[in-house]
Amino acid sequence: MAGLVPAISLRLAQCSPRRDARDTSAFTRVFDALCAGMTTERAIRYGAYYHHAGCGVIGSAFGVLFDGFAYGMLLFLLSVGLSVTLGMMNFVNLAHCSFAMLGGYVTVTLTNALDWPFLATLPAAFLAAALLSVVLERVLYRRLYRASDLDQCLLTIGIVFMSVAIAAYIYGTIQQPVKLPSYLRGSVSVIGQTLGTYRLFLIVTSLVVAAILVAALEFTRFGAMVRAAVDNQRMARGLGIDVDRVFAATFALGGGLAGLGGALAIEIVGLDHTFAFTYLVYVLIVVAVGGLGSIAGSFAAATLLGISDMAGKYYFPELGAFLIYLVMVALLMWRPAGLFGRR
Amino acid sequence: MTTSSAAAASPQQYLAAQIRWRPVEIAFWLAMLTPYVLTPNYLVLASQIAITALFALSLDLILGYAGIVSLGHAAFFGFGSYTAGLAAKWGWGEPLSGLLIAGLAAGLLGYGASFIIARFRHLALIMITLGLGLLLAEAANSASWLTGGADGLQGVRMWKLLGIFAFDLYGRTAYGYSLAVLFLLFLVARRLINSPFGLALRGIRENASRMPAIGAASSGYIRKIYTIAAAMAGVAGALLAQTTETVSLETLSFQRSADVLVILILGGAGRLYGGIVGAIIYMVARDQFSGINPQYWYFWIGALLVAVVVFLPNGILGGLARLLPAGGRA
Repeated sequence: MAGLVPAISLRLAQCSPRRDARDTSAFTRVFDALCAGMTTERAIRYGAYYHHAGCGVIGSAFGVLFDGFAYGMLLFLLSVGLSVTLGMMNFVNLAHCSFAMLGGYVTVTLTNALDWPFLATLPAAFLAAALLSVVLERVLYRRLYRASDLDQCLLTIGIVFMSVAIAAYIYGTIQQPVKLPSYLRGSVSVIGQTLGTYRLFLIVTSLVVAAILVAALEFTRFGAMVRAAVDNQRMARGLGIDVDRVFAATFALGGGLAGLGGALAIEIVGLDHTFAFTYLVYVLIVVAVGGLGSIAGSFAAATLLGISDMAGKYYFPELGAFLIYLVMVALLMWRPAGLFGRR
Repeated sequence: MTTSSAAAASPQQYLAAQIRWRPVEIAFWLAMLTPYVLTPNYLVLASQIAITALFALSLDLILGYAGIVSLGHAAFFGFGSYTAGLAAKWGWGEPLSGLLIAGLAAGLLGYGASFIIARFRHLALIMITLGLGLLLAEAANSASWLTGGADGLQGVRMWKLLGIFAFDLYGRTAYGYSLAVLFLLFLVARRLINSPFGLALRGIRENASRMPAIGAASSGYIRKIYTIAAAMAGVAGALLAQTTETVSLETLSFQRSADVLVILILGGAGRLYGGIVGAIIYMVARDQFSGINPQYWYFWIGALLVAVVVFLPNGILGGLARLLPAGGRA
């Protein structure tokens, strides 16, 4: 029974993210349902239903918007690197979330085993993921720049499989806990609304990262080279820009951002060895809907997706993830190149 | 792909040369019967292999020949599986007509989807196939009154095959049944690929914009082959439902779509035997490895994928064909 409690509390949090998952009344419901012979999954859905029913803020559209925006910012951090590298080299890197997973595990290891403060582990997560991505890019990916989409998909799916197996080998298949400092826990009250401190921290961090990213792309020489390579790779080469090197640097940056996103994601969505697979789908949706190579597109798509996913889980929990897949298919049928895509 | 002298003759001669049965093919199908004698304890696994091979063959039709990359092909597999399972649950447990109903239902779904598929290429196409697959999986999960949700579909009872052969625990009937269906649909696929229609599909794969320019608008061909492949995948799913007498949500999952893609690529896409060889190698290896530790299994399959992409771009059969130019197009 002891191992069941964290698992259920995480599933409850995923089904109904608005409320503190340690809500005892929801737990009682789940255990009653389990004892009555329901399967675990159905019992959790049943518990989650009461979980929000018992939650006073169900009508608070602002609360849903806030949580959805925080979730969207997480998706933005996870996906922006993939969007830019896909736009630049047309390289379909499905292993992007493996870098995020690495970042998550670095943070978990450093906080739990070595007692680092949580904030200090974030740069470490960024650096570890950036390092791994640059190594993979130099060793494997560069061979396949001119290969077909399918070959690139397969190579990177192979890497995802390997990363999932390695994570399960080292850390086992259980959810990893993360120790947050006390000033990031609990909630704060802003103009009469109760907001989770951690989600507020997440939003501020992501906005700062997005601002730095946009400024770096718009106002530095390196940013100009990246934009040139995304817009027209052959022309950029013709002008003497070393596109391969620019790409390697961008790739490392994108992988690092994914690592940072993975570290920040643990508190919101949990971390286990299947992370690289589970969030791959979400990241791909953001990239495809936003349009390749567009930071603004990723931002808009991630926000839209985060809010619609949260609203869907919150108002129509029985539909599950149905809503966001529907949103994605509809958007792609309307604009195959994505919201901000040009090709 | 084959010798240029054959291609230089008339198209009729080229197709006739392709359609002739080679001794190695006949030997291959005879060898498929040997599990009855050599490994009678593994007939359940053998029937799973035959079903997976049929599923991979259906993906080969659209991916290997028409060049449509799909990450959601399990949608049709699962749809056929649930159709056959529900038919049996509601009192019609006759296997062959159940197979037919499931194939028709999945084909109809594929026909509907093909109007969307034919409009897109590249990343948008991959994402839309993925999205449609996930949509169906979520719908099946939500409609637990119909599908049994996460518990799976219970209460599937099959009648005797042809009124004679009961489905047993050892998979004797299951393997013969799956292998016969695989062989029949393989003949259909073989005939289809070695026809002018099959040539047009290969044209679309090689250059999607040149085909309309020579007067063969590609969307009609894509719709047809997509419908056929969907029906074939539905039949494969129905076989699984009938031989195991249960249907789980896993039949619709992204994992299954990814696995079948891996199987096809390992074997060699764009080759009729690619899916079958891939299924044999993959399923036997998984059976052996997962006995040791299921988590290691994914490490090795990942490593194998990386190695195949880097060293054997045309899959295992492609690599063999390069080594043995005479045995060629096995």
